[in-house]
Amino acid sequence: MANKTENQKAWLFVLPVVLLVAFNALIPLMTVVNYSVQETFGDNVFFWEGVKWFEQVLNSERFHAALLRQFAFTGTILAIEIPLGIAIALTMPRKGPWVPVCLVLMALPLLIPWNVVGAMWNIFALPETGLLGKVINGMGIDYNFTQQPVAAWLTTVLMDVWHWTSLVVLLAYAGLCAIPDAYYQAAKIDGAGGWAVFRYIQLPKLKRVLTIAVLLRFMDSFMIYTEPFVLTGGGPGNTTTFLSIDLVKVALGQFDLGPAAAMSLIYFLIVLLVCWVFYTLMMRNEEA
Amino acid sequence: MDFSWMAWTWPTIAFFSFVACCLVGMMVWEWKDPGGGPRRGILTLDTTRGDRLFISLLGSAFIFLGWLLVMSTPLWGGLAISLVWIVFVFRYV
Repeated sequence: MANKTENQKAWLFVLPVVLLVAFNALIPLMTVVNYSVQETFGDNVFFWEGVKWFEQVLNSERFHAALLRQFAFTGTILAIEIPLGIAIALTMPRKGPWVPVCLVLMALPLLIPWNVVGAMWNIFALPETGLLGKVINGMGIDYNFTQQPVAAWLTTVLMDVWHWTSLVVLLAYAGLCAIPDAYYQAAKIDGAGGWAVFRYIQLPKLKRVLTIAVLLRFMDSFMIYTEPFVLTGGGPGNTTTFLSIDLVKVALGQFDLGPAAAMSLIYFLIVLLVCWVFYTLMMRNEEA
Repeated sequence: MDFSWMAWTWPTIAFFSFVACCLVGMMVWEWKDPGGGPRRGILTLDTTRGDRLFISLLGSAFIFLGWLLVMSTPLWGGLAISLVWIVFVFRYV
């Protein structure tokens, strides 16, 4: 511990990153804080409003509804993507010629830009012309994601699962590959079954990568914008208007920069809190 | 250099100066007493001084938001609870 602080020259290596973060994160964040306590009608003219916008956002039913939708969406996709990702990773081969094939197939959805994913799923799920929409309607189920809230939700969730489960798969697969063979040999000697190996060897060893997977997927899905915006435009009505879509509507649609800044700071604090709680809980389990 | 586009106000300058002073203060504290003062507090979390600063600032932000939601302005009550919270975190967490 005592040696930790002795070599201070190493900090110089961090300096470029600090400068970069200052310009792309810190200065914009400071500007947002400045905007959140003022009103502007453009032309760089600002009027002091104090904490009025924070109070307005905190009491706004529209914000509560968007926040609730956001938590529901994030909870749903985490509940699907994490177990599904682990399950797929478990079935993937660890050796042999199929390994690169599986890895490339898994990586493919991650390579597609978000707006393209939205457009693809929009075309794919259209009830009249899309393959998915046509098939579902052909089975006698009334499905139209542009008009039915439940169908819009299902399509959005399905799109996110399709796009991002691969990330969980690749992380879980990397974690599985890092487990030394000795653990499996010991389990075999003890006569452990498949479930026991998963519960007492694989899952504990995956804890760190799964922490990263949950945090990444939480943050990404909590800030999701492009895919649902292209797919449903936040509709029908406001049923798929998540926090970031609502934020953009306030900031750019209505040009209410003050309320939008206050909203984004509350949004930021929620993300920060949930990430800290996740991280702390998972790291505590690690030590236990 | 013109920073008018950042729309600075005295309260926001004071806020960021406070955060900067906290960070400088933590550096001086670390320099005087290296190692970060790790301990396990009443929440059974392993924390260093930096962690405790983070928890107290994040908690204070939510205390202010909660006060604003329930009691509205002025925020003196929120400030008082936040100060108690900061002392609590640095003393016991």
